[in-house]
Amino acid sequence: MASAVIPATQAPKLNYLNNGHSLKSWLLTTDHKRISLLYLVSVTIFFFLGGFFAMLIRLELLTPQGDLMQADTYNKVFTMHGMIMVFFFLIPVVPAVLGNFLVPLMIGAKDLAFPRINLLSWYLYIIAGTLFLHCMLTGGVDTGWTFYTPYSTVGSNTNVIEAGLAVFIAGFSSIFTGLNFIVTIHRMRAPGMTWDRLPLFLWSMYATSLIMILGTPVVAITIVLVAVERLFHLGIFDPHLGGDPLLFQHLFWFYSHPAVYIMILPSMGVVSELIACFARKRIFGYKFVALSSVAIAVLGFLVWAHHMFVAGISLYAAMIFSFLTFFIGVPSAVKVFNWTATLYKASISYTTPMLYAFGFIGLFTIGGLTGLFLATLGIDVHVTDTYFVVAHFHYVMVGGVLMGYLGGMHFWWPKISGRMYPEAWAKLSALLVFVGFNLTFFPQFILGYVGMPRRYWQYPPEFQVLNVLSTAGASVLAVGYLLPMIYFLWSLRYGPIASANPWGAAGLEWQTTSPPPTFNFEETPVVTWEAYNYEDIPMPKELEAPVAR
Amino acid sequence: MSASHATTQVATLDHEGHNPALLHHFVDAQQQKNAASLGMWLFLVTEIMFFGGMFCAYLIYRLQHFNAFAAGSQQLSITMGAINTAVLIVSSVTVVLAVKAAESGKRKLLTGYLVVTVLLGMTFLVIKGFEYKEKFEKHHVPGATFSFTDKFDDNGQQIPVNPKEAELFFSLYFAMTGMHALHMIIGCGLFGTLAVLSWKGHYTPNYFTPIENAGLYWHLVDIIWIYLFPLLYLISRHS
Repeated sequence: MASAVIPATQAPKLNYLNNGHSLKSWLLTTDHKRISLLYLVSVTIFFFLGGFFAMLIRLELLTPQGDLMQADTYNKVFTMHGMIMVFFFLIPVVPAVLGNFLVPLMIGAKDLAFPRINLLSWYLYIIAGTLFLHCMLTGGVDTGWTFYTPYSTVGSNTNVIEAGLAVFIAGFSSIFTGLNFIVTIHRMRAPGMTWDRLPLFLWSMYATSLIMILGTPVVAITIVLVAVERLFHLGIFDPHLGGDPLLFQHLFWFYSHPAVYIMILPSMGVVSELIACFARKRIFGYKFVALSSVAIAVLGFLVWAHHMFVAGISLYAAMIFSFLTFFIGVPSAVKVFNWTATLYKASISYTTPMLYAFGFIGLFTIGGLTGLFLATLGIDVHVTDTYFVVAHFHYVMVGGVLMGYLGGMHFWWPKISGRMYPEAWAKLSALLVFVGFNLTFFPQFILGYVGMPRRYWQYPPEFQVLNVLSTAGASVLAVGYLLPMIYFLWSLRYGPIASANPWGAAGLEWQTTSPPPTFNFEETPVVTWEAYNYEDIPMPKELEAPVAR
Repeated sequence: MSASHATTQVATLDHEGHNPALLHHFVDAQQQKNAASLGMWLFLVTEIMFFGGMFCAYLIYRLQHFNAFAAGSQQLSITMGAINTAVLIVSSVTVVLAVKAAESGKRKLLTGYLVVTVLLGMTFLVIKGFEYKEKFEKHHVPGATFSFTDKFDDNGQQIPVNPKEAELFFSLYFAMTGMHALHMIIGCGLFGTLAVLSWKGHYTPNYFTPIENAGLYWHLVDIIWIYLFPLLYLISRHS
């Protein structure tokens, strides 16, 4: 394989970044790599906006009294935090940024199958985001990110319709991304890139895309029905008019539970790549890890009613959904066990991406195991709508997704930007994120278990110590998230020039220059090796010492 | 079009090496065609899931409020629904003939079938419009002016109906047929555009993927109606 690597000296000077500098060459580009960067900028803006609301929540909860804001304001703040983070950050982040950049590169294609639809999906995201910002600036929404009826249809007097429309449009953006990925992975693979040679990141992107195209339309029509009900005072979900709010919850969670796997599966794919590279081994049980992604996608559609155990569904339905929820722990555990088996007796380098991968395994394991607590009917009744639930899903969605995303950003940053980031600062940020995260959210497990409900702006004084810890952790976490943005921007100008393959990593994306040319490869690669053939690739000297001095 | 037929045509093209319709990032026209076709099928899957939410709501509420739904169903015009069903089935045939004409390179015939398809689609929408007008006149549009009288069975026996539940039936009726009509309007616009492009000679036997894919979309919208018609108009009328 080493012969197939393009030597850095032959690197063409023209790459996707300097191929055109006008605003038009960015805003009307159909290059998947440029669209990926457009997404990177826009999701980062939404991430810090959502983070701003998170800090407002933590500040309010610093003291037991509701002294920073009124209850109504607090309702809007946690709704804004949830909607921004879920619909405008967590769902698009890894697929639209890393997936967009990597899917064609990893299969040896020149672009995604539908480059113009790819650009369209970014514009849909921007339209949705602009609408949502408008809604936010003109008063916001207070329904919680779940739009639960009947409050969202007859109760709330905020602008639910506009927020719903924004989510609806963002949904189409994600449908088009998923459709594009599935067609690309099916139809655009380079010669020799068979399904059992696909990098595990692609298997997880494939599974994610399946959920996107199967689930998103359902939440779209559900939100349309909520909007129609509000506009014309229909009774589709209103019990006074013959409707049933439980139907809303079923339809909503039919998408929104699988949406959790839209968020976590891509990060799992990233972690597989990171572990293989920095353990310098083929992933143990490649086939099982690959198929576990598909299994999670399929089973993910069969567990939605575990969000509704106390909503009034029948006991038998609850028992079945409880069982299925336990069952989906199996493919998730397959991944965790296979990653740790890969690490066994491996020569591990503790680079920043690997630190994030370790962080992912730890935090996702805690998040996943507490998910089993919640799947247990008896315990769920006790902790429903408490901070235990909040802590659980933040461990999965923030601990898991963001760890994978940041690990992936550090890993592929040399490929994306052509520059190395400062390793010492990056390690510091990884440490801050890990410590800050646990300090923020671990106390919330205890808070929830002893009975602090979620979505209240004040609480009894005996909960204050743990809330202060949590707010302190959130401050550390904020610094940990700000640091990478600063040194990534810094590295664009001052970072050392990256070679084509600074990590000595397997995978086609490392066989082209950093940054890649507009059409990715000088000539279409022909694959004759398995994924993760690390025994054939010499370990770069940099990995034995710190990477970028 | 048979698979082998397609392959030979693509092969000759590759030797000539310049197909204006081949986008730069595909290896050959066959790959491009396969990608477009798979993409369209996946899009149809999302459409099925989109309508699936409403079908699910309809089925659940029909079980919960059977009487009101049967009474509501009796108020729909089977004649107009049946005519519309026939119109749509004929339009599906013209779509198939259009694809066939595109395959054999008959430009005028292709344009003709596309125009006929648009006209049939508009006929459907006009008839639907008359049905909606009738609902307005009978105060069967959900909202403040909604009113509904009790239903009578085949023997003239009066069966009381909760008007709120009947309103739910009409809410779903308007949501489902309205969403379907929106898809018909989009389909008419799509086929109108295709007709103009085909008149200008954009499509050749080597490249008519847009016709095929638009045809797939049209068939799906037809099929949704084929389910809507019995669910809303036919079943549970006589009970």
